[in-house]
Amino acid sequence: MKETQTIQKQAKASETTERISGSEAVIKCLLAEGIDTLYGYPGGAIMPVYDELYKYQDKIHHVLTRHEQGATHSAQGYARISGKVGVCMATSGPGATNLITGIADAQIDSTPMVCITGQVGSHLLGSDAFQETDIVGISTPVTKWNCQVTEASQIPEAFAKAFYIAKSGRPGPVLIDITKDAQFEEFDFKYEKCKGIRSYKPVPDTDENSLKAAAKLINSAKKPLIVWGQGVILGKAEEEFKAIIEKAGIPSAWTILGASAIPTSHPLNVGMVGMHGNYAPNVLTNECDVLIAIGMRFDDRVTGNLATYAKQAKIVHFEIDPAEVDKNVKSDVAVLGDAKASLKQLLPLLNKNSHTDWHQEFKDLYKIEFEKVIKHDLHPTKDGITMAEVLKEINIATEGEAAIVSDVGQHQMIACRYAEFNKTKSNITSGGLGTMGFALPAAIGAKMAAPEREVVMIAGDGGYQMTIQELGTIFQQKVPVKIVVLNNEFLGMVRQWQQLFFDKRYASTEMVNPDFVAIAKGYHIEAQKVTERKDLKAAIKEMIDCEGPYFLEVRVEKEDNVFPMIPTGASVSDIRLE
Amino acid sequence: MSTEIKHYTVSIYTENNIGLLNRISAIFQRRHVNVESLNTSPSEIDGVSRFTIVVNITESQMKKIRGQIEKQVEVIKAYYHTEEEIIYQQSCIFKMRSNLLFDERQIQNIIKESNARIVTVNREFFVIEKSGRKEEIDLLHRELSVFGIMQFTRSGRIAVTKDEMKISTMLKALHY
Repeated sequence: MKETQTIQKQAKASETTERISGSEAVIKCLLAEGIDTLYGYPGGAIMPVYDELYKYQDKIHHVLTRHEQGATHSAQGYARISGKVGVCMATSGPGATNLITGIADAQIDSTPMVCITGQVGSHLLGSDAFQETDIVGISTPVTKWNCQVTEASQIPEAFAKAFYIAKSGRPGPVLIDITKDAQFEEFDFKYEKCKGIRSYKPVPDTDENSLKAAAKLINSAKKPLIVWGQGVILGKAEEEFKAIIEKAGIPSAWTILGASAIPTSHPLNVGMVGMHGNYAPNVLTNECDVLIAIGMRFDDRVTGNLATYAKQAKIVHFEIDPAEVDKNVKSDVAVLGDAKASLKQLLPLLNKNSHTDWHQEFKDLYKIEFEKVIKHDLHPTKDGITMAEVLKEINIATEGEAAIVSDVGQHQMIACRYAEFNKTKSNITSGGLGTMGFALPAAIGAKMAAPEREVVMIAGDGGYQMTIQELGTIFQQKVPVKIVVLNNEFLGMVRQWQQLFFDKRYASTEMVNPDFVAIAKGYHIEAQKVTERKDLKAAIKEMIDCEGPYFLEVRVEKEDNVFPMIPTGASVSDIRLE
Repeated sequence: MSTEIKHYTVSIYTENNIGLLNRISAIFQRRHVNVESLNTSPSEIDGVSRFTIVVNITESQMKKIRGQIEKQVEVIKAYYHTEEEIIYQQSCIFKMRSNLLFDERQIQNIIKESNARIVTVNREFFVIEKSGRKEEIDLLHRELSVFGIMQFTRSGRIAVTKDEMKISTMLKALHY
């Protein structure tokens, strides 16, 4: 009797399910979530999943990176340019721990990413087995959510939750650790996408009164200033945002991750805020009467000294994450919710305005910045090539259509300051964590997610060498990214600080570099080096015109500094021009 | 906001999840906040766990930490309360040598006056249990320590609020 029941039960199950292994289930979950590309590196504890990948290679493209960190940054680049979830995979132990930098980067920059790690068999957990590491414990503080799967039957739900959590609300990285026995185990597979989790509210309700209060403050402002962040891009709110600023005529500045949400050339775009941001928006942060923060989190690199940050202004904060409200800067009005929906509701409440005199103040300060900084950066009279000139030539050659993937340091600040963006999701850089080595692998992911776009990677000679092995991935996968290394033979940003704040004691910042062109050519990537200004334009044109990947090294002035600059602990209005 | 350092009792309603204790404790650790007491238990709602955590910090810190806790996917809701807003208890257990019961007559009085109770007695030792506020437990500890305590342990604080916490209503509204 019991046996018959079991058979009946199995028969019933097979109508809606299929009996497969845990590792095949992993692939089927990815396919069900629309994933066609993932980045990773195989190893013992994840081999069953790789074996399934082999069978599914016509449906899902696995990109073998040269290091697991590269896999995370590629997944991040993929996510940042497309708005989709990036996926990466690694084995247990060192494979898993090598993911941590990328996971931490994705967490602080709110990048949707699903990481899959293999784990030793469940009977070995806690026994210090070969390549066993507590990756769930290690990744807990840097993931939005994580879990360990020890039975195959837990796989569908874990993946459904993982994708839902990674991309909903304020996005972030999640990690699923799967024991090797769970990968082998067979079970009745059925996949249902996650539609909600009781304890998790991705988007908080928007209080209509807070919107009205925000509109009232904005309408009464004489000198309003908007500072927007990545929330506008993550919330796909670019159009709503543009409508708001155009109707209310408000000068708008961006954080590094907010860049490109509206075109650089937009007349209301007054540039970047923060440590190496533009002069006008930084200085006028301390003169505006209403500061409207949209999808940004008042990072210390944006605010400088909090005690003197916009103290004269009423603060309106549009934010999806309640934990960000009043975290660093106390708001007078907080509008919780999704940027797209909130801004759409705000639009009819706003009065039309132009704030002409106020705009003039930005223009006047821009002139000062142009005379003191920009002119010398873009049109230098000295011999050495400046980083900004390279950006200028890239802007010309790509007509502002390129996605710029930058690394971390001086070149990053220059890239963000001088790159021209016509399209959203075009500034891909490690903002919060400041991860050197981010750019090269991130550019791979970006180009693969958006093959129709020109993707130009810009790195310094320091950061480039942190993940230089990913040239192997570019070669093997034939990813036509354009690689620009601005070589000043220094860890330039640290050297700049040593010069300004440590009496020029250049401790461990000088780099003795290899022949970068030879290395690129070793990977069969077309390459050249430019040392003189007269060759720059042609070299960049050749790079952009090249159909495949291309490496360009530009020898830039060794000891140039990035200005303007807000020294650590100083007020935004004490920004230095020299 | 007040910069006064106070005792706050944090009540966290959560899904029952293996990794959650780690997630929550990391929030305190990262901000260098010492957890004075921690207790986990079921709550008044089926399948929902409750953490009760006591910390000594400013309200501004407390608000930010509450935000970070609530942000965790498996946390349903987090509240914090001052001492005046809650009814709270801790319990403790003393293990003492049995001969003291006969040799030191005032021990019986101490037990009676402190509203403690004897859980078990055997030839070698007896065990006293006491529930109450920390000060009451501290007092009993002082009084008994002169006789020599074989073992002592005190539990984390558990607390209920004087006002209603709208957690059940909230869960109903979410149709769970």
